[in-house]
Amino acid sequence: MKALHRKALRDLWHMRGQALAIAMVIASGIAMLVMSAATLDSLQDTRDRLYRDYRFSDVWAQVKRAPEALAQRVAELPGVNEVETRLIAGAKIELPGFHEPIEAVVQSLPDQSEPAQNRLYLRSGRMLAPFADDEVLVSESFAQAQNLKPGDRLRATVYGRTQWFTIVGMALSPEYVYQIKPGAMFPDYQRYAILWMNRRALAAALDMNGAFNQVVVRLSPGANERDTIAAMDLLLARNGSLGAHGRMDQLSYRFLHEEFRQLATMTRVFPTIFLGVAAFLLNVVFTRLVGTQRDQVAILKAFGYSTLDVALHYGLIVTLICLLGSALGVAGGAWLGTLMAAMYQTYFRFPFLDFNLSAPVVLAGIGVSLVAALLGTGRAVYAAADAPVAEAMRPPAPDRFRRSLAEAALPGRWLSQPTRIIFRQIERRPFKALLTVLGLACAGAIMMMARFQDSAINTMVELQFRLSQQHDVSASFIEPGPHRAVNELRALPGVRLAEGFRSVPVRFRSENRSMTTSIEGLAPQGELRRPIDAQLRRIVLPEDGLVLNDYLAARLGVGVGDQVWVEVLEGRRQQLALPVARLVREHVGLQAYMNLDALNRALGDGDLISGALLTVDDGLEPDVFRALDRRPRVIGAGSRLAAVEALYKSIAQMTGLFMWISILMGAIINFGVVYNSARIALAERGRELASLRVLGFTQGEVSYILLGELALLVAVSIPLSFAVGYGLSWYLAHNLQSDLYRVPMHIAPSAYAFAALTTVVSAVLSALAVRERIHRLDLIGVLKTRE
Amino acid sequence: MDAATREVIFRAEGLTKVYRMGEVEVHALRGVDLVLYAGEFVVLLGPSGSGKSTLLNILGGLDVPTAGHVWYHGEDLTRANDAQLTAFRREHVGFVFQFYNLIPSLTARENVAIVTEIAPSPMPPEDALAMVGLTERLDHFPAQLSGGEQQRVAIARAIAKRPVVMLCDEPTGALDSATGVHVLEALERVNTEMGTTTVVITHNVDIARMAHRVLFMADGRIGREQVNAERLPARELHW
Repeated sequence: MKALHRKALRDLWHMRGQALAIAMVIASGIAMLVMSAATLDSLQDTRDRLYRDYRFSDVWAQVKRAPEALAQRVAELPGVNEVETRLIAGAKIELPGFHEPIEAVVQSLPDQSEPAQNRLYLRSGRMLAPFADDEVLVSESFAQAQNLKPGDRLRATVYGRTQWFTIVGMALSPEYVYQIKPGAMFPDYQRYAILWMNRRALAAALDMNGAFNQVVVRLSPGANERDTIAAMDLLLARNGSLGAHGRMDQLSYRFLHEEFRQLATMTRVFPTIFLGVAAFLLNVVFTRLVGTQRDQVAILKAFGYSTLDVALHYGLIVTLICLLGSALGVAGGAWLGTLMAAMYQTYFRFPFLDFNLSAPVVLAGIGVSLVAALLGTGRAVYAAADAPVAEAMRPPAPDRFRRSLAEAALPGRWLSQPTRIIFRQIERRPFKALLTVLGLACAGAIMMMARFQDSAINTMVELQFRLSQQHDVSASFIEPGPHRAVNELRALPGVRLAEGFRSVPVRFRSENRSMTTSIEGLAPQGELRRPIDAQLRRIVLPEDGLVLNDYLAARLGVGVGDQVWVEVLEGRRQQLALPVARLVREHVGLQAYMNLDALNRALGDGDLISGALLTVDDGLEPDVFRALDRRPRVIGAGSRLAAVEALYKSIAQMTGLFMWISILMGAIINFGVVYNSARIALAERGRELASLRVLGFTQGEVSYILLGELALLVAVSIPLSFAVGYGLSWYLAHNLQSDLYRVPMHIAPSAYAFAALTTVVSAVLSALAVRERIHRLDLIGVLKTRE
Repeated sequence: MDAATREVIFRAEGLTKVYRMGEVEVHALRGVDLVLYAGEFVVLLGPSGSGKSTLLNILGGLDVPTAGHVWYHGEDLTRANDAQLTAFRREHVGFVFQFYNLIPSLTARENVAIVTEIAPSPMPPEDALAMVGLTERLDHFPAQLSGGEQQRVAIARAIAKRPVVMLCDEPTGALDSATGVHVLEALERVNTEMGTTTVVITHNVDIARMAHRVLFMADGRIGREQVNAERLPARELHW
């Protein structure tokens, strides 16, 4: 090995503490990147394989009732490759020992064979016995949440008929990777289930022998989905079709699509910022680090080494540190990636998970760190080599100092000589101080961004569930019924208030844009549910016209006063033009609201409601649920409190891991920066400080000069980190917008406090470590060595 | 030696150097003319701040004069660029500094090797260390060596490349008398056995007695020159 290389290795070992701190900064940046890339790639690969291998459908069409023979006509439509018909229905489930309402979707399976599309993955138990009419398969998530196993029994009410079934197996389906109740914000596995039963048994319950109410289609390669959907709509219109839809309107697919899009944003934004900050810090740290080696650079030059040789020598040290950091980062990131993917497994129900780590992404991450570090090093070496060698070997000429601005502003008696040194030092090299402050601010800002998501989602939940919705229980009817039904519910023991609502599935159209959602008709004088405006006030619904949430309005490209084309997707399938009367700010979903009376007037089918919102006396919720369960017209009843609880649980699970990983990585970067700033400051000023010690300064006084400067820079960096953190959070929020939810730009005071606290703790720990070194300053060495 | 027939290594004319230290201008050299011959042992004597080190640094290509010229074997060093100066130092010059400037993380052998690895026709580091009497200390780190030993490592490092010229800035300045003599013996041996032109800066008048020629510097000029008719061997020096 060449002596120069040996020097590199020994130097590296000598500065191992600092090198490790720097390597950890790199490791954190790379780990975030690897974790994110691995999580996203794994989930996407898994999803694609599941959809391919388990023959996920391309188009779904729901009808009221159609004769089986119609399937052949669908098969003959252009673009259709494969057709399968089935039955699907809503159900209520009761489990022994669980007293809350459970909603379910029941789907039929062919009596003697596997389905041709949307095949099931059987996790445990067995498939249904041919023609068995008392067996069901249940979705794995529900079975797990309720602790069910093959052989357990459940009671299901389908279309008013109640029957006991035996659970024979737990299954997963590509249609329910994301198993969520329509309209819900997050999954609630305890209270929402998917059941599969034999076609003949379900047909008997629904009175659908020889008929179907749902048809699924796989398209030929290259077929135009839109044309096929239009043709299917035309063909199935007379059978009460709600309109065929493609994968983009399939709930699970769309949730996955949106979630993956958000995840892709997060995995782009977070690591980019982390890596960017890490790269910036590396550049600054290495520039200063090599700057302290000015004399060594000069000696090597005096021996006849070229500037390039010297730069390569330091480049080797830097590369080794980067490689160490990268190795730690890749290993740590891959491990965290498996954790993250496993966590997402509980959220997206994939039967299997293909772990995948994309090499180009990882190499790009390592490349970015390395280039940033080497640029800093190169700059410092060339700066040191720029001066004639003899000059570089001399101590630098004393810098020109002057009285600092701070001294002019502060009364003289406050200023000891050491304090003056601190101020003058900072003011004389403001650019260096600025870089340090910027680095510290970035490190603090990362902490804020990591905490932002958490507080923002809490705000979102708060707004959606506590401010705009104030009911305890919501009950849905099997189909819209007369408004007076609400009186019966109001009469139930324990019910205090009851308000009817009507939820109408619609497709909005405006020019070439269309969105499928629903209009919520709310009681005009109602108290229990009202949209809120930007000032967080509950609004009064206008007499007439639509109230759209801002995101839906933006997607449709309409504003107040515009007309929107509305296609009703149920009943008589009216088509009407409605004016937009008002916009509201909402963070969840794509809702449209309307005064219930105005909605009923516009639809012209009578004074109808599709459900009711109730408030219930404390402790009487279970009684109310039992009473509601006995009413065959009530298909589902949900507890708002349970929904909020389920929501918080999912959020805690989802954001928790990511947040804590971000915080850990952010803290490492934070500490790395502060520690290195302190160490480099010590290296730059060691001789000066030791000389002061020789002159009789105490260790405390000398520490004050060095650490006082650091403390001042840290103090200045904290407000700046708030500003940078706000900017990063805004960028994140902006990039996380989707149909599902918009993260509100709200940063809790605790997030600011947390960021500041982390920086301060890092600074204190670094100060302690450096103080230890100040105590060991070599005083004799100062007198002896060249200067 | 006959001045007319001897080979000229360095010729300097009108060397001037002005340093700007902060707001103060320091005139380190004020028009120095100088000729150095092959195989000479020259001592530069003078008080602190007389310009000795500046002159040496310019001769060694470590610094550039503000005015004037230096020719090394007829090549004008003041017109050389950084790459040419680097090559000049790498191939022709050996430096010895007052405070050794060894690399603390390398052993004695490695400190020599760091130079031999880039020189065109070096001697083995072990041979160089043997010439300065350090065969026993090859694998010691600088921190494990005495000051004299460290300086001898520095000399070994300088001679290992078989330089044409050795430039030594206060090589004994940090050493006691007995140790200093050891170091000077090493320099003397290199000068005699290898014919290396050697320039030694010192403010120690006694050392001048071992030189062929002594240049007295004051105020940035060479005040006078003295040729020693009789040289004293280094081992007979003491101060």
